[in-house]
Amino acid sequence: MLTVLLGRSLVAFLATSQIGIEGGDLNEFVQGFVKAFQLIITLDPQVVDITWRTLAIALSSCIISTVLCLPLGSLIHFRRFPGKRILINIVQTFYSIPTVVVGLLVFILFSRIGPFGVFNLMFTPTIMVIGQVILVSPIVLGLVISALSGVDKGLFETASSLGASRVQAVFQVIREARYAILSAVTMGFGRAISEVGLALMVGGNIRGFTRVITTAISLETSKGDVELSIALGAILIFMALLVNIVLNRLQQK
Amino acid sequence: MALIETVNIFQNYDGREVLKNVNLKIDRAEIFALIGPTGAGKTTLIRILDLLEAPYSGRLFFDGVDVTNPGVDQLEVRRRMSYVQQRPLVFTMNVYDNIACGLRWRHMKSATIKRKTEEALELVGMTSYKDRNARTLSGGETQRVAIARALAAGPEVLFLDEPTANLDPVSTSKIEEVLTRIIREQKTTIVMATHDMSQGQRFAGRIGVLMNGEVLQIGSPGDIFSSPGNREVAEFVGVDNILSGVIVDKDNSLVSIDVNGRFIQAISDYGVGEKVNALIRPEEITLSLSQDISSARNTFNGRITRIFPLGPLVRIEVACGFPLLVVITKRSAEDLNLTIGKEVYATFKATAIHIIRS
Repeated sequence: MLTVLLGRSLVAFLATSQIGIEGGDLNEFVQGFVKAFQLIITLDPQVVDITWRTLAIALSSCIISTVLCLPLGSLIHFRRFPGKRILINIVQTFYSIPTVVVGLLVFILFSRIGPFGVFNLMFTPTIMVIGQVILVSPIVLGLVISALSGVDKGLFETASSLGASRVQAVFQVIREARYAILSAVTMGFGRAISEVGLALMVGGNIRGFTRVITTAISLETSKGDVELSIALGAILIFMALLVNIVLNRLQQK
Repeated sequence: MALIETVNIFQNYDGREVLKNVNLKIDRAEIFALIGPTGAGKTTLIRILDLLEAPYSGRLFFDGVDVTNPGVDQLEVRRRMSYVQQRPLVFTMNVYDNIACGLRWRHMKSATIKRKTEEALELVGMTSYKDRNARTLSGGETQRVAIARALAAGPEVLFLDEPTANLDPVSTSKIEEVLTRIIREQKTTIVMATHDMSQGQRFAGRIGVLMNGEVLQIGSPGDIFSSPGNREVAEFVGVDNILSGVIVDKDNSLVSIDVNGRFIQAISDYGVGEKVNALIRPEEITLSLSQDISSARNTFNGRITRIFPLGPLVRIEVACGFPLLVVITKRSAEDLNLTIGKEVYATFKATAIHIIRS
């Protein structure tokens, strides 16, 4: 409550302090910021709704890709097989796959006439999660493999020599790489939350259903409603900052 | 029955033979040292004994069971042994958990884990470090944690690979104290690889000399150091005077060996005409300024060519037809006023010479 009050008085101050500024455009720009700040401080229902949905979708896809990629990455790291290096190179190539290409793929697969069309998932949060899982998994998988490779090779053997079974030794190595694995997941989250092409193509930006921060910004800006865009953009940047702080902390460990 | 027995063990890495026909028998509660220069194959042999790698050929028996047989549960066998690597790696967790993890892997009860971990911490004197992140420890402390971790589960065999290599003298003596305590208080069989001969001599009941992947000699420390089996072992165990010559005369077992035209008298069973090496430890030789009358069979005059101080001792090289290295105390060197170029007499007994075939 105190925060809201403080915020309101700050808004009032900002509103009155624009007297000295000349020129219509600049005025509008400043007003945009003031309004955006107001939207955030007053916990505007639309802003909260979009932010909440963005977080839920990005977190879900992040958790799902971690659940898939951690065992898969361990399997690739601990097993020796022909073509392992090439496979890792391919996975790394997909780090920078354009989001619209993943959007196109998901669209082809899940549109009415596609092989998974029967599930009728187009333009739902579920399809957005599926798309983001495809988008984020190469990053999480590649970085999990790098994280495991970063653990001293002798550690597996140390565990074995101390009586660990193969599975126990594998878990010990994963445990040893925990910070690097967490930073892989954080990177994946950062990619998921900031992408726009995929969300727009398969989510459809339906208000109150599939609208997320990035799609909302793109729509509102084109409509000329910069206040909401600025507010959402600020939230997104704040989240990116948070992700970065977490990432930095993890990498220092 | 030996606790560990290897039969004709060979190991290859990329076609390079690193172990050649290793046959060893290690008894229960024995302290066995593997000595040899770096790269001799000590670590490889220990890794094979600890079932961390399979030999290229040959058989390994543990407690009478052929553990090279694929039907044997190797994990069960490995859990009866522990291995402290040369550069031990600790897990990124506190000291207590590092020691407890081996017990947890064996699914012991939590009360037992607590008791055994605390005992192990106490044994190596690291109780006050138990909450420290193990990654922040010094080399010597890490080594002590590694030893505690290896001993916590009460293994029947403890493998130690160069336990004090890369440690400063203070840490080394702490580790050696811990080892002495383990040997005194526990009945663990210890197999220890070291390139430090004196360490092997101090701890081991028996020593195996491993060079270029081959076990060249096995025996008590006394045997190895006083009667090295061949020139390589002699050089490795620090016999500085190895003189090549031919036996030219024999009277019972007293032989006369021609070394560069000078004759050394020694005790040997080899016959006339045999090419031999005469091994003389530098501390067995005395120096004097005049030719004293003594019972020693060998006295040679020569000139001092080099003098190196060695703490309380001095190493002196004398050229007397062949180079002879002598170690005497600094005080004696001062009393005799020894300087480079001075003529001296080097004297040693026939029984101080160990003769091996060339």
